[in-house]
Amino acid sequence: MRPLVSTLLVALLPLAAGAQTPATVQMDKSFIRFVSKQMNVPVEGRFKKFSANLSYDAKKPEASKAEFEVELGSVDLGSPEAETEVKRKTWFNTDTFPKAKFVSASVKSLGGDRIEVTGPLTIKGASINITTVATVKTDAAGVSVAEGKFPLKRLAYKIGEGQWADTDTVADEVEVRYRFTFSSRK
Amino acid sequence: MTSTRYSRTAITLHWLVALFIFAGFGLGLTMVDMSFSPQKLKFYSWHKWIGLTIFALVAIRLVWRLTHPAPAMPASMPAWQRRAAHVSHLLMYVLFFAIPLSGWLFSSAKGIQTVYLGLLPLPDLLTKDMGDIVLAAAEAEKPFTVSELIRLFHKFMNYLLGALVLMHIAAALKHHFIDRDDILGRMLPWLKSRS
Repeated sequence: MRPLVSTLLVALLPLAAGAQTPATVQMDKSFIRFVSKQMNVPVEGRFKKFSANLSYDAKKPEASKAEFEVELGSVDLGSPEAETEVKRKTWFNTDTFPKAKFVSASVKSLGGDRIEVTGPLTIKGASINITTVATVKTDAAGVSVAEGKFPLKRLAYKIGEGQWADTDTVADEVEVRYRFTFSSRK
Repeated sequence: MTSTRYSRTAITLHWLVALFIFAGFGLGLTMVDMSFSPQKLKFYSWHKWIGLTIFALVAIRLVWRLTHPAPAMPASMPAWQRRAAHVSHLLMYVLFFAIPLSGWLFSSAKGIQTVYLGLLPLPDLLTKDMGDIVLAAAEAEKPFTVSELIRLFHKFMNYLLGALVLMHIAAALKHHFIDRDDILGRMLPWLKSRS
């Protein structure tokens, strides 16, 4: 019984923290995945470790804020060989640049439950503005789920340099998909 | 009407498949030992495309073979040799299908979709979760998984086919240079009939 109780407590903690803003995400109901194309074959990966702080108010979507940080070394590509490779200097260079970071600069309401979030995404020392449309749904308990995707050009961040800059093998465009589950401000 | 020679279609298919088998086998042996590089990814893709091409060509070949009888073997050939030839041909046909299929299964089990020529995505036959099922925890470091079993099967069948191909070539040469019969001529249009 005791482990169950503590599990429940841990699960409820983010809800309790929801009173303050921004709220941290519920990791087990959130993800950051990406799809790259190798020889035109879609290959999915994900990051096991990341943190995010988000706030969302359905009545005032423009006041929403989103921030997330990704530990690039926690990349999961389903192949140890590929994981070792992407941590190297020519790819993420995780020794020098362990984290990727996004901070929202502006949020626009697109009507309904859709918002457009713009802000700089920093990877490997380069900061480039990205824009993503997120769908945010909030339940009666005040738990919000923000979901969306955005494309990024890996070469703009020098992810995959030298021989890997060849886009015939690994396409330039990478699609990032995310879902964040968090407690919104009431 | 019986002919001493295979039809032009059968001959073309035979040599095309032979060419692709050598290319696919060579690529397969080379790519597995390469360090991770764009070239390696390319070789893997080409290897898969070649395997699928063989699968398709052999499917056509099989239909052709079943609708167009093969030329009779020379009367001088002992019965056991004819039987051995039939059995090895049959086994090669089985492997022509089973090897590409096992490769496709292996790719699926590894979570990598096969996209023929980079254009035609094929459905995954297995999921990566199925491929990751541990069959025996031989070593703590690297457990024996479903995908590993498929890989070993793929490799074993390839070596078996390699041995059969060598035997096939050796037999053809023996017929031509030692028995001096028309067997090789059935597949080589420019060889003059000796009978």
